[in-house]
Formats: sequence, C-alpha cells, structure tokens
Amino acid sequence: MIAELGHFALVLSLGVALFQMIVPMIGASRDRAAWMDSARPAAMAQFGLLGIAFAALTVAFVTSDFSVALVYENSHSAKPMLYKVSGVWGNHEGSMLLWVLILALFGAAAAVFGDNLPPRLRARVLSVQAAIGAAFLAFILLTSNPFLRLDVPPFDGRDLNPLLQDPGLAFHPPFLYLGYVGLSMSFSFAVAALIEGRVDAAWARWVRPWTLAAWMFLTIGIALGSWWAYYELGWGGFWFWDPVENASFMPWLLAGALLHSAVVVEKRETLKAWTILLAIMAFGLSLVGTFIVRSGVITSVHSFASDPTRGVFILGILTLFVGGALTLFAARAGAMTTRAVFSPVSREGALLLNNLLLAVAAFVVFVGTLWPLVAEFATGRKLSVGPPFFEKAFTPFMIALALALPIGSILPWKRGRAGRAMAALRPAAFLALAVAGLVFAVSTGHSALAVVGAGLGAWLVAGSGVDLWQRAGGRAARLTRLPGADWGRAVAHAGLGVTFIGISLLMAWQVEDIRVAQVGDRLRIAGYDVTLQDVAEVQGPNYVSTTATMLVERAGRRVGVLHPEKRVYPVQAMPTTEAAISSGVFRDIYLVIGDRQQGGGWAIRSYVKPFAAWIWVGCGLMALGGLLSLTDRRYRVAATARRRASAPVPAE
Amino acid sequence: MRALAVVLLLALSAGPSFAVQPDEVLADAGLEARARDISRDLRCPVCQGENIDESNAPISRDLRLYVRERLVAGDSDAEVIEAVTDRFGEFVLFDPPATGSTLVLWLAGPVMALLGLLVAWRFVRQRPALARAEALNDEEQARLDRIMRDDAR
Repeated sequence: MIAELGHFALVLSLGVALFQMIVPMIGASRDRAAWMDSARPAAMAQFGLLGIAFAALTVAFVTSDFSVALVYENSHSAKPMLYKVSGVWGNHEGSMLLWVLILALFGAAAAVFGDNLPPRLRARVLSVQAAIGAAFLAFILLTSNPFLRLDVPPFDGRDLNPLLQDPGLAFHPPFLYLGYVGLSMSFSFAVAALIEGRVDAAWARWVRPWTLAAWMFLTIGIALGSWWAYYELGWGGFWFWDPVENASFMPWLLAGALLHSAVVVEKRETLKAWTILLAIMAFGLSLVGTFIVRSGVITSVHSFASDPTRGVFILGILTLFVGGALTLFAARAGAMTTRAVFSPVSREGALLLNNLLLAVAAFVVFVGTLWPLVAEFATGRKLSVGPPFFEKAFTPFMIALALALPIGSILPWKRGRAGRAMAALRPAAFLALAVAGLVFAVSTGHSALAVVGAGLGAWLVAGSGVDLWQRAGGRAARLTRLPGADWGRAVAHAGLGVTFIGISLLMAWQVEDIRVAQVGDRLRIAGYDVTLQDVAEVQGPNYVSTTATMLVERAGRRVGVLHPEKRVYPVQAMPTTEAAISSGVFRDIYLVIGDRQQGGGWAIRSYVKPFAAWIWVGCGLMALGGLLSLTDRRYRVAATARRRASAPVPAE
Repeated sequence: MRALAVVLLLALSAGPSFAVQPDEVLADAGLEARARDISRDLRCPVCQGENIDESNAPISRDLRLYVRERLVAGDSDAEVIEAVTDRFGEFVLFDPPATGSTLVLWLAGPVMALLGLLVAWRFVRQRPALARAEALNDEEQARLDRIMRDDAR
C-alpha cells in the first residue's frame, strides 16, 4: 500500500512538473502575473510530492518489504539500519529518485527565497527547472521505476553490495547530487536570461550564490568519495581517474570557472556570453556524467546498474537540453557584447586566465575520458587512457593556475601593475622557495613532484595570507571586520594549496611494506615498529570478520593499537577489507590484513602515508571558503538594493 | 550448507585487498621498484579499469609474475612493456603512446589552450576600440553610476 502511495505521488509530481514547465513560461511571455506566480506553489507541491515518494521508498527499505522488487534486489533483513536507509540510493532507481528529489528541492528553494527576483525571471527560471524535472521523472517512470512489485514476495533479499555497506554511502551520493543538481539552477538562470535577452550585474548576483552552493556541495561530495576510496579499497589510493570520478570532476572544474566569471559579470558587466556558456556547459557535463554512469558505455567500478535503453533515454535528455540551450545561445549571444574596457593586467584579466585554465583542464579530462570510446568507433583501436595520461596532460594546467593565482587575487580591478603585485607577494614567494628548498633537502631522490607541489602549495597558502593582509590594509584589527567574501576567497585558495601539498607529498614519499607475518612478529617501516599481536574470527551482524590486533610504536613509545579487518559477506559471497588507519597531522599509518598463508602466518600490508590528511583538510577548507562567501551580507544587500536603489548609503 | 561452505572457501581464497602477494615480491629492491612502476601502467585485461598492481584477478597475478621474470632476466622496462603489449594489444597500456590517431588525444589540451589564449587576446585587444567607438548615453551613465555606488559599499 505504501509503495503504491509513493508510486502515485511520483506520477502526480510529473503532472505538476509539466504544469510548472508550461503555464509560467506562457504567463511570462503574455505578461500574466497569476500565471507566472503559479510557478511558486507548483515548485513547492512538486517537492512535497517527491518527498512523499522518497519517504515511501525509504519505508519499504526500512521495513524490508521484499514484495518491492528493488528492495529484494538490494537489501537484506539482517543488514544494519544505517545501510537500510542509505541503501535507498545505493542502487540505480533509488539514486535517480534522490536526483529528482534534490532537483525539486532546488526549485522549491528558488520559489521560497526568490522574493527579490523579478517575477518574470523567476517564472522562467522555475519553468526551465521544471522542464528538467519532467524529463527525469519521465525517465524514472518509463525505464527505472523503483516501486514495481514482485508477484511472489521472496523470503529474504539479495543484500547490498558489501563495498557500499559503509557510512560513506550515507553522505557521498547526497552531497555529490546536491552539487550536480545544484548546477541545474545556474543552467535555468542562464536559459531564462537568454529568453529574456538580458544579462546584467544583478543577474550575476542572483546566480553566484546558487553556483557557489553547488560548487561547495560538489567539493564535499568529491572529497568524501575520495576519502571513502582511500580507507575502503585497501591500498590507500585516493583518486583513480576513473570515468565516473572524471564525470564529477569536470562539472567541478567548470563550476569553479563559472564562480569566477560570474564575479566579472557582477563587477564589470563583461564576459556575459562566456558566463552563460559556462553555466550551460557545467550542467551539460553533469548530464554527461549521469549518462556515463547510467549507460555503462565506459566500464567503471561505479556503474552498479547499466542498461542500453536507459543510456539512450539520458542521451536524449542531454541532447534536448544542452542542444536546445546552445541553439538559444547561438541566437541570442550576439546581443550580449559589452563595451567595457578590458585590460589584460587587472583582476578581470586574471579571472579570464583562471577561466581559460580551468576550462582547458576540464576539456583535457573530457577528451581523456571519452577517447577510448571515440577511438574504437572511429579507428577500431581498442585502447585505454589511464592515470599516467591524466597526470601528464592535466597537471601542467594546474601548475600554471597555482602560479598565477596569488598574483591575480591581489590585482586591482580595471588596471593593475604586475610589478606592484609581485612586490606585495615577495614574502609569500620567499616562504614558498624556502619550503621547496626544505622539501628538496629532506627528500630522498629529490622528487620533483614533492618539491614543485609543496612549493606551489606554500605559495598558495602564503599568497592567501598576503591577500587578506592587504584587504585589511595591514592592520590586524581590521581582519575580523573584512566581508565574508574576502575571507571565503582567502580560505578557499589556501585550501587548494593545502590539497596541493597533501597530494604531492603523499605521492612522492609514501612507504610500503608487504610481507608474511606470524602472530608475535614485529616489522619496521619508516621508523615505526608494528607488532602483529593477535588475529581472531569475529561474527558481525551480516558478515564474518578476521580481525587483527596490531601494536604500533615509535622509538619504544606506543602510538596506538590498530584493528585491520577482512570481512566476508555470506549473502553476496564477497570479501572486503577494512583497513585500520592511525591518522596524524604529518602522516597516516595504514595497516591491512590479507589472507592466511599456507605455511602459516598472515599476509600483512603496511603503509606510511605522509601528509595524507592534508588532501581532505584542504578540500574542507575550499568548501568552508564557499560557505564563508555565501554568508557575505552583500548578497542580501544586493537583494534589497532594487527596492531602495536611490537611498544614499554611507561608505564602509 | 555444503554449497555455502564452498562459496565461503572460494571467497576467502580470492582476497580483494591483496594485489601484490608477499610471495611475488622480488628480493632485489631496485628490480621490485621497477616492477611496481611497470605494473601501475599496465591495465588488467579482464577488470574494470584497474591496473595489474591493484587487481586481484588471476591473470593480473600471472602478468605481475611475468613482468618480474623478464626483469630478472635482464630486460629493460620498455622491452617488458613491449612484450606484454605484443600479447594483449595496446588496450593494456594506461599510458597510450602518442602515435597515429592517439596524437590527437595528447595534443587536444595544448592546442585548446593556445586557441583559448588567442581568442582571449583578441577579446582583450578589441575592448578599447569598442569603448572609444561608443560612449555611454545618459541613461547608461546613470545606471553605471548606480552600480558603481553599489559596488563601493
């Protein structure tokens, strides 16, 4: 009964979405206020109905209702409650339902917080948003209905893939989707602006917070996924340049570019057409990502469900929206040229360089991801494009970006002097060179990766410090009174630097040890003594675990006791490893237990991973920077500026 | 029940975490390091996008052992990679060689960057000319002043 209720709500929400797509759009072109305003209750109703549908599916999973086909295929009565709930989106159908739920959430948020939007623009934005919703709701109902029943309910379910039975599943997909789908708002604003034929500073001020929020969620989602891979897959890899990872990375790069170009539109009313194009492409790449994951055209560990009809359907949606938007763009972009003076050495010039580098970096990832497919179609060559390609082809653009970033962020608008910016950055440059020298001195083999990465990271962090200090006019007391956007910019840029340091030092300095150890054996790795004290069989809720007890010491002092595990989930007959990690500021100790050996003893893998935590701390700082920018009161001041445009305001 | 025991046994024998097994590791640390580097660039022919260093498939183990065998026999890195490619095709190369049509893949980034620079440069160059050609009218000037005031806050 509850599943039918959810099914019914899902169908009804498609009806509401179709209404919201058509009526406000016609109202906007015929100037009918009531028609335009109908978009707001419709957006909220659509969200409410999808909330009911999602709740109904969650109830089916929580109560283990195996008469629902999806629950039977992806759940088991013995599964812990956390995974019964997060298992709702641990499969194709459920994750698509989460996708449209979040899409409707953004639409409802624009309806609720959109008081200050011009009614016509708001109606068009919500209408475009509803069009995307309608397309995906049709996709779910026609190809991936989560509410289908089985005639004969089985006794128990087939369980969730053990790799997904991890707290990571509770957070990684929702954040990733908040980011992916959040970019639909930028897309809707871009298309609405094209229909209006008008892009100005006010438009950019409305678009920026939405893009910022989407970028922030995407940052958190990608970082969580990378951290999950790090601790779950058993060898501590954190990024694989896997097609699905790339699918989330491309929109992230373009959203980053869009954030910066929207600033130029806001401050200088130029780069308008390019900003619109970026907004279209950023969401377009989100759709490409969905297509790659759901169609399985490029094999990947992430495609837990792939089916050609689904792929074709999504390809159709992709063609319709991106093709339609680009056609509209081609017709209208000409009207958006501006006459502002644009000097290459200025903040806007630097932001243009940022956009160029981020867009080309995204293009490299795009070409690398799709190349095997293209090559096989065009020439019949079956080939692979993997991490070595991306490391070589992608990294130079990131190095250029990092080199230019601190200079660009302190250049003034309109016309700057490079020499003056460099003079202000002299302390940061000295610090960066000192760090690079130190790393060169202590690293064995003088790894170029470590030296360049750590030097650039220090340059970014120190450059952000200089940026803040300059904004405060060199007075510490004024630091706390700086606007949120200034703090956000500095924190996010410093976060990028911290991630640079983490990635380069981890990759250059990681130490590994593989051996067979008997209980009681002691091994030595990078100055740490690791003793295998015990190995025991432990029964978990829905798995059997082989748990080791390992003592880690350094120079006779106890660092900690770690418990790496190897689990077997009988229902899916699949083993997983649970690495044990002792995280520190300067290193992670990462222990893994493997198979029992024929001659006695256990296979043991130990790693010391320097600066590993810095990768995710840096991502956290980037997201925090986004959040700080979002709190900037100027977004809210801008929102009310229209109403009291002529009121005099004292200078700060 | 017996079936379950067999399944368990099979599952236990195929550990997921252990790509390189302790018995594969070469005694010579230099050769082992070279073997690891080579293995990271070779794709497991039957897995989904894993290299043979990380993969648990039996064929990956065979390939890892083969790579080490050749290194011990005195082959250079390039010779080992060529020997593996001869048997499995260029599909196993994660680092596609920049030859023939694959050249397009390698050049795509740099060419796009140059094109972008060119377009950006032209955009920047034509601005002053446009600015001189069309001065602001009164209405635009008023709007500009308003925006500038907003920005100054």
